[in-house]
Amino acid sequence: MSAPQKATPGWLAAIPALALGIFFIVPFAIMLSVSVAHRVPGGFFEPGFELASYIRFLSAFFGSILVTSITISAAAAAICVTLAFPFTVFLAGMGRRAQTWILVILLSVLSLSEVIIGFSLSTLLSKTAGVGNLLAWLGILETSRAFTPSLFALLTGMCYLGFPYAVLVLYPPVSRLDPELGEAARTMGASPLRTFFGVTLPLLRAPVLGALVLVFVFTLGVYLLPQVLGRPQHWTLSVHITDQAIFQSNLPFAAAMAVLLLVVTLMLVGLTLLLGRDAGARQ
Amino acid sequence: MTAWIKSLYIGLILLLLVAPIVVVAGVSLNEAQSLRFPPQDLSLRWYGALFREPDWLVPLRNSLVIAATSSLLAVLVALPLALHVWSRRGWLSRGLYTLGVAPFMLPPVISALGFLVFWVSLGMYGQMAATIVSHGVFLVTLPVVTISLGLNAIDPALIEAARTMGAARGQVLRTVILPLIVPYILSGYAFAFVLSLNEYIIAYMVAGFTVETLPIKIFNSLRYGYTPIMGVVSVLFILLAVAVFGMIGRFGNLPRLMGSERVRDQ
Amino acid sequence: MTELSLHGLTKRFGGFTAVDDVTLDIPDGDFVCLLGPSGCGKTTLLRLIAGLETPSAGRIVLAGQDQSDVPTHKRGFGMVFQSLALFPHLSVIDNVAYPLALRGHDRADRHARAQELLDLVQLGGMGARRIHQLSGGQRQRVAIARGLAIDPAVFLLDEPLSALDANLREHMQVELRQLQQRLGVTTVVVTHDQKEALTMADTVIVMDGGRVQQMGAPMEVYRDPANAFVASFIGNSNLLPCTLTRDRTLEMSGVRMALSDADRVKCEPGPAMLSVRPEDVRITDAKGLPATVAFIRDLGESVQYVLDHQGTELTALFAPRDRPSAGLGDAVTLDFETGRRVVLAR
Repeated sequence: MSAPQKATPGWLAAIPALALGIFFIVPFAIMLSVSVAHRVPGGFFEPGFELASYIRFLSAFFGSILVTSITISAAAAAICVTLAFPFTVFLAGMGRRAQTWILVILLSVLSLSEVIIGFSLSTLLSKTAGVGNLLAWLGILETSRAFTPSLFALLTGMCYLGFPYAVLVLYPPVSRLDPELGEAARTMGASPLRTFFGVTLPLLRAPVLGALVLVFVFTLGVYLLPQVLGRPQHWTLSVHITDQAIFQSNLPFAAAMAVLLLVVTLMLVGLTLLLGRDAGARQ
Repeated sequence: MTAWIKSLYIGLILLLLVAPIVVVAGVSLNEAQSLRFPPQDLSLRWYGALFREPDWLVPLRNSLVIAATSSLLAVLVALPLALHVWSRRGWLSRGLYTLGVAPFMLPPVISALGFLVFWVSLGMYGQMAATIVSHGVFLVTLPVVTISLGLNAIDPALIEAARTMGAARGQVLRTVILPLIVPYILSGYAFAFVLSLNEYIIAYMVAGFTVETLPIKIFNSLRYGYTPIMGVVSVLFILLAVAVFGMIGRFGNLPRLMGSERVRDQ
Repeated sequence: MTELSLHGLTKRFGGFTAVDDVTLDIPDGDFVCLLGPSGCGKTTLLRLIAGLETPSAGRIVLAGQDQSDVPTHKRGFGMVFQSLALFPHLSVIDNVAYPLALRGHDRADRHARAQELLDLVQLGGMGARRIHQLSGGQRQRVAIARGLAIDPAVFLLDEPLSALDANLREHMQVELRQLQQRLGVTTVVVTHDQKEALTMADTVIVMDGGRVQQMGAPMEVYRDPANAFVASFIGNSNLLPCTLTRDRTLEMSGVRMALSDADRVKCEPGPAMLSVRPEDVRITDAKGLPATVAFIRDLGESVQYVLDHQGTELTALFAPRDRPSAGLGDAVTLDFETGRRVVLAR
């Protein structure tokens, strides 16, 4: 039986509709209009319709930024989900108490500010505190050295940020997966590894895709980590959006970049939904 | 055995997740104003300093006020939204649900810029109210999701029973539905609170130069002068998150809240 | 005096007709069981009476007043749900007092009344407990007490005992019946268990395919089924194809069998169906229906013979002291108790 029809008065919908309409839809509409507005150097902008900001984005410089952003995020998403998938499968097989505690840790890490993650990792990877010291003490390195800023540090940070999200997206479908399916395959003689790649993974194609896209979208929006852990050439689109908006006072250009980022994001989400529906239909 | 490998794998990943936190906690215990690990001359002096130095006290107060009010705002919008989506079908329901889930799913920098131009247009750029409302909208997704889970877990017969006993629609809402979803409302509030405390980019874009929050303060310190207080704040945030989620895990069913059991037929 | 009447009540879900043109009168203070296989429309009919479903056609009239447009919460009926639907966030006594609280009774008043009801269902000391601290049978009683709290005009129960184990269920059937007799409230119970219906009801309403197949006192329905469906659904029945002649004689596979005045004939002469209860089948030496003994089942309190008559299987039930001497594989002749034969349309 479905939820009872009309258990709430209809006017109740007006509250969220108004709140989100005014404070979420309208900002996006304004952002859209700003992206085609005319920039006034030194001031903000004046209304108008021109595609100058979009055209500027097509220059080689910003094109390469987009490519960099997408490459770094895609790499982070791939690493994240590769690590998160077996983690989630093992997690779902544990007792409720253990699951609860691991979920508490994951949620705590998930809620951590990008700033704190950046600060922690830069400390961990720094010369004076953390890994460098440890490796020098173990004799692996002659003298301690810093591992940040570097692409490695940036990817580590993004994976740290995305990992709990990946696990939490995979968790519901994985924990609903009938454990007997895997057991059935095992009794028929499949090795654990073959069961994993032959039964578990194909069944979860859609959620895995979903997790990939979510982490990708999420890391695409990362703003602080590239500045704390990466070098200037690793700066992502988000950093440039903020830079243009706050420090260059070029709101139309920042808005145009945000709109493009939004379009890329929505296209990816749409693609995932489409692929997910495909996978669902075939089951 | 495979069980052994599984535990090792989980343990290793958890170790990696916890390692930076341990280092930061260690840094926060340094006596001197340096970021050494292992810490030298253990001391808790920086913990006291957080609550004494106006430099840090103001962001602390800002962060707490913003988190407390914006989460309340998020719940006040999410509750009627989730109720409507749950009890009615149709385009309005689907549209509202999409709208409720979208803010948290988009890259936050996009929403942040949207809020920036919005508040600039209204002439409220740089005010704390702007940060509060922006956070409220950004975090609305969390209570929407938890409250929807709670509503879908209600046995429809409870509502029918209340109706046969004489409860009009408003009375059913007040005496049955709301009491049953209180835990889910609270956990939605807690989720939103913790995430608001930690949020950087929106707070920064909307009022970063006038209303400093703790994450903004930490980032500024990262650039203009390290101090173990950064570690102190990180440790306190982590402890708060563990306490909040630990409470939810202790008194609620966290695996279920995270979608482990099939509570909604689709 | 007629208390509750249904007139041409119909409910369609899309193209499916769950309740099909039901017209009946339930007298004041009657205990009625709606009986039928799952999907027969009995639960939908109960929900229509409660106002939880809107009829596609027809009217519901209580004491002369049309209820069709009265919303559920204003009908003043009591209802017990299959899942019991007890509120997990309220204590036992607050569950029972809930309908009174809705009517604005103050706390002392409603708790006094709720305590009375809890005493009535023998849960006097349980008021402060939480629902999850009670056993299945205790929850059942709380649900019944809550349904009765407002002295309902009609008391509706949807498969109320289905979650209980067999022993407790039989006990609760008796208890529910005694409670209803004491209070005299008009009661409608949905059940798929014909034994339950026969134990409790003043009136049994047998439904199939959304229609009422027969309505009457339990023994009347048992002894005198209106059609083959009722005969086979209520108790066990042997159904034998036969031909009815104009002089009230049955012919089946060459054997003629004269009917007495006490036997019931419910169809026109021509092809028909003979319905006989297992306890009315006799093994005789006289002439009758030839059969062989296919199986003998000792049930302790009775002996069951499974008999094969030219490929049609019949069962016969005997008290142990009347146990026939025929053994497995023996050829026997069968006769049926005069006055207990029912001839139905085929």
